[in-house]
Amino acid sequence: MSKRIEASDLDIYYGKFRAVEQVNMTIEPRTVTALIGPSGCGKSTYLRSLNRMHEVIPGAYVEGKVVMDGEDLYGPGVDPVVVRRHIGMVFQRPNPFPTMSIYDNVIAGVKLNGGRLRKAALDEMVENTLRGANLWEEVKDRLGRPGSSLSGGQQQRLCIARAIATKPAVLLMDEPCSALDPISTLAIEDLMQQLKNDFTIVIVTHNMQQAARVSDKTGFFNIAGTGKPGKLIEFDDTSIIFGNPKEKATEDYVSGRFG
Amino acid sequence: MTTISPPPAEVLEARKSLTQGQLPPWAQWSMVSACLVVGLLIGLTTGFSTALALVLGAVAALVVVPAVSWGVEGVRRAKDRLATLLVTLAFVLALLPLLSLLSTVVDRGRHRFDWKFLTDDMNRVVGEGGGAYHAIIGTLEITAAATIISVPIGVMCAVYLVEYGRGWLARSITLLVDVMTGIPSIVAGLFAFAFFSIFFGSGIRFGIGGAVALSLLMIPVVVRSVEEMLKLVPNELREASYALGVAKWLTVIRVVLRTAAAGIATGVTIAIARVIGETAPLLVIAGMATRTNYDLFDGRMTTLPVYIFNSNANPGARAEFGLERAWAAALTLVLIVLLLNLIARVISRVFALPTR
Repeated sequence: MSKRIEASDLDIYYGKFRAVEQVNMTIEPRTVTALIGPSGCGKSTYLRSLNRMHEVIPGAYVEGKVVMDGEDLYGPGVDPVVVRRHIGMVFQRPNPFPTMSIYDNVIAGVKLNGGRLRKAALDEMVENTLRGANLWEEVKDRLGRPGSSLSGGQQQRLCIARAIATKPAVLLMDEPCSALDPISTLAIEDLMQQLKNDFTIVIVTHNMQQAARVSDKTGFFNIAGTGKPGKLIEFDDTSIIFGNPKEKATEDYVSGRFG
Repeated sequence: MTTISPPPAEVLEARKSLTQGQLPPWAQWSMVSACLVVGLLIGLTTGFSTALALVLGAVAALVVVPAVSWGVEGVRRAKDRLATLLVTLAFVLALLPLLSLLSTVVDRGRHRFDWKFLTDDMNRVVGEGGGAYHAIIGTLEITAAATIISVPIGVMCAVYLVEYGRGWLARSITLLVDVMTGIPSIVAGLFAFAFFSIFFGSGIRFGIGGAVALSLLMIPVVVRSVEEMLKLVPNELREASYALGVAKWLTVIRVVLRTAAAGIATGVTIAIARVIGETAPLLVIAGMATRTNYDLFDGRMTTLPVYIFNSNANPGARAEFGLERAWAAALTLVLIVLLLNLIARVISRVFALPTR
């Protein structure tokens, strides 16, 4: 299921403003790739361009190529809706659907798309997915309760379950732990280690220890100044980025001497 | 090394206790009552009207309470008490006409508000007796038809404005909706009359024409309230849905409209309540009848407001019976609106977001 993504010469725009320029990056299957960098450097923008969520914003567009297993995501005739079924996403703030129960949130991807499965198949899917998201034991007795009744960390794992229930090849995570306490963060980091056996994971994080803990590869984004586009400064194995980076800016950032 | 001199003695004195300088909890309202009672007494002795005396008492309270509070508690609490009194006064002022209206309608309407009134029409009634059955049917049918016409148009228009509309088209639609909000209702009636006259000849009168006129008044209200409700749906939910590979139109129907359903139900009720009391447009296009007419598409139809208007303007040979019927019809209309509000509450409870 897991797939490789190659971005080449990617420029990302908000209207006339170029937010990110010239990204070249190969994201390997069955790895966790972390994107780090200061606020406003374009790492979330870049992440959102990988499943064509970027263009949801009016006036936003992308130039360049993002190739997933030989297919250009931005090629002519590619339906962004189909792209998003292959590349799932988890957001910074947990956003379970408030009108749905825990059960319905997990199968939201199937249900909202009008898919029909037998009750038994749905039950099995809910259980497997929630087990996969390490949430089953905590919620198995209250699947009918609204998703908003869970704690923040549980809600975020519910959102991860919702994303992986549609069986995507790639999972994008935009600062998934920044609204969570350390225990919930640990639960989600453990989950990422399990999930990377089946999915390609890309995570944006502000927490450098987290990047060092969970990722195999790390990309460092930086920005020359306000109003300038963000750039991918360095992309390498996590051990190299945090141990022996080639760029001075990367070293300054990971050692806390930035700015 | 600098030393910080201790604060002067009077400052220390003032800081002595965290609870000092407070009026007891009962003080404010007993002062207000005292002012009102004194106002009333002065009114009774000098022969002012009771209402004027009460107003004088209220004004006196607005002066006395903040003054006393300023002396004891200081300027911040005095301002707070003045604001509290002003808000309370505004509330009472706003409530008085409503209560007076309701009590008058109930008081005068109850004489004829009986089973016969609810089940009889005005066919061949000149003096005593008669009822508003035909008007109740007319009101319910015409309002229901107006709702069926305006809710889909209004909701779809709001969806366009919030989810799809960009640029000059959306801006001009918003402007037109605002303009429509201000259309005098008689103009809406004349429009429907002129419109249907083209097809059916002048002098056409039927219920559906009234429904069209009412929906002209209803659509802008529906658009506006639904628009506000859709704007309240967090963008995160739309993004969550897109990220699951759900197409935009499905997201709008199954996530956005579903999340806003409770608010939409309330908005629609407000719009219905807005038009159910309309008289002028229906007088023009739906006309008047004394017989019960169930057919929206054929023949004149009476609605409750028109019935009230007519019973008051032409009460008949024995005027007292006509006036009694007018008040009873007013009471019926108020009760129908009340019932609608209750139904809307139930509906929005059903659609409300679960919390636990």
